Amino acid sequence: MSADPAHVVCHALHKRFEEGPPVLEGITFSAAPRDFISLLGPSGCGKSTLLRLIAGLTPPTAGRIEIASRGPAKHREDLAFVFQESALLPWLTVAANVELPLQLRGMPAPRRHEIRDRVLAQVSLTEKANAYPRQLSGGQKMRVSLARALTVSPRLLLLDEPFGALDEMTRHHLNEELLALREREAWTAFFVTHSVAEAVFLSNRILVMAARPGRIHAEISVPLPFPRTAATRESAAYQQLVAEATATLRSAEDASSR
Amino acid sequence: MNRRALSLLAPLVTGLLLLLAWQLLHAGLSPQKQFLVPAPAAVGRALIENHATLLQSAATTASGAALGLLAAVVIGSALAVVLAWSRVSRAALFPYLMILQMTPIIVFAPILVLLVEASLLRVASITFLICFFPLVVNATQGLVSVDPQLLDFFRLSRASRFDEFWRLRIPSAAPGFFTGLRIAATLAPIGAIVGDYTAGNSAGGVGGLGYQIILTSSRFQMPQLYATAIAGCVTGFLFVAAVVGLQWLVLRRWHPDYVGNDR
Ligand SMILES: Nc1ncnc2c1ncn2[C@@H]1O[C@H](COP(=O)(O)OP(=O)(O)OP(=O)(O)O)[C@@H](O)[C@H]1O
Ligand SMILES: [Mg+2]
Repeated sequence: MSADPAHVVCHALHKRFEEGPPVLEGITFSAAPRDFISLLGPSGCGKSTLLRLIAGLTPPTAGRIEIASRGPAKHREDLAFVFQESALLPWLTVAANVELPLQLRGMPAPRRHEIRDRVLAQVSLTEKANAYPRQLSGGQKMRVSLARALTVSPRLLLLDEPFGALDEMTRHHLNEELLALREREAWTAFFVTHSVAEAVFLSNRILVMAARPGRIHAEISVPLPFPRTAATRESAAYQQLVAEATATLRSAEDASSR
Repeated sequence: MNRRALSLLAPLVTGLLLLLAWQLLHAGLSPQKQFLVPAPAAVGRALIENHATLLQSAATTASGAALGLLAAVVIGSALAVVLAWSRVSRAALFPYLMILQMTPIIVFAPILVLLVEASLLRVASITFLICFFPLVVNATQGLVSVDPQLLDFFRLSRASRFDEFWRLRIPSAAPGFFTGLRIAATLAPIGAIVGDYTAGNSAGGVGGLGYQIILTSSRFQMPQLYATAIAGCVTGFLFVAAVVGLQWLVLRRWHPDYVGNDR
């Protein structure tokens, strides 16, 4: 498996569902390898739809998506999606959930277990390997979901509001863990969130979207240096960026309410 | 008195009140009609005196019901997978399933009498026809309505159609399947009694409960008829209890209904 993070280009993407109004219009941007891009925007502006387009789960109505200069369908091998609400299989143990993507890809058991154990250790859930999802807290479930995504050594990681249902403390911890993983792993990431603070903390770029139709309203670059830690949140530069991004999001919301 | 003792006592009190109402109904009827509602004590006596016959015919009925239910589970689940596999197979088969469901099952009884030699198989066939529909509908519903995020996850993992069914759709259909199985398990003993009543024979023995109903009612042995009804109730209860137990075995480890959920 190649370890290079993906280069993603979206060019003039349009999306509408059957007879409905256009959901996305004229989405153009390019993501460099190792970019961590957050998508912010009012509810219904098409953030999840954009992520699903990049994943190749739904085709664009018009426009082009290139991932490392090929179409997304060819890249499912090293693309991972982290869903809202963790999306674990409730009838499988943590261990079985984590190794499932490898099992579905037909990887033999010994190799699969090795990767599973390594990844579970990375998210510090080794002792929960035999638990069922119902027996975990919300934050633990999300960590299992992250571990499951990491098993395939993704070059492109798509996260759709993964921490949206968690309390602030847990969310902060997981944000820090995610960035720590990013230091070690080579992926390009798209991260949908409703939290401006989270977007600023995690990403080097933020795309602020407006709705009806869904479009890119503004781009904010976040020049805070990596690695970022809990202390980063205390810095004046961080707080300044959060304030700026909040203002931009508000103007995107105004632009959406036609 | 604490809440727990109260909730144990409550059904007992209801039961005693019902027995009392039954006794009063019996006492209040005119002498000509009184035999139609025998006193609870008379029914109790009939239960004890006829327990050997009742046990034997309940066992016969239970065999027919179990065989029919088993066949309905096997064939119904297979059909549910076919129905869930594609929109086309649903369109092709569903109307005819509806027609079968609308058909009064009794019309099959005289046909089965001439077609099938063994009484057990006739009874099982009628049970099968009665249990089939709720099983197919609930299993298909379960197979079709899967969490869309999980489906996306399987698609992204390049899962085969086989894996999608085996590892995703079938396990997530389990709760729906058990809903159908519980309905079917309630219907199965009733179906077997109806089958026995319309298409069974005693083959020289005591027959099933349906046969006992014909026998006792034609002789106006009302306490025995009531005792037969009670035997039918108990048989039905055992069927449902077996399914509830099976469901617990299968789902207890992961299903929210069974896992201690204190959040
Ligand atoms: N499969 C679909 N069929 C029809 N319309 C859809 C479909 N998926 C999404 N839409 C529509 O597209 C629009 C954008 O939806 P999307 O889920 O991408 O928004 P979002 O930005 O992720 O919102 P939220 O922040 O609430 O998650 C909505 O108006 C939604 O109704
Ligand atoms: Mg969304």
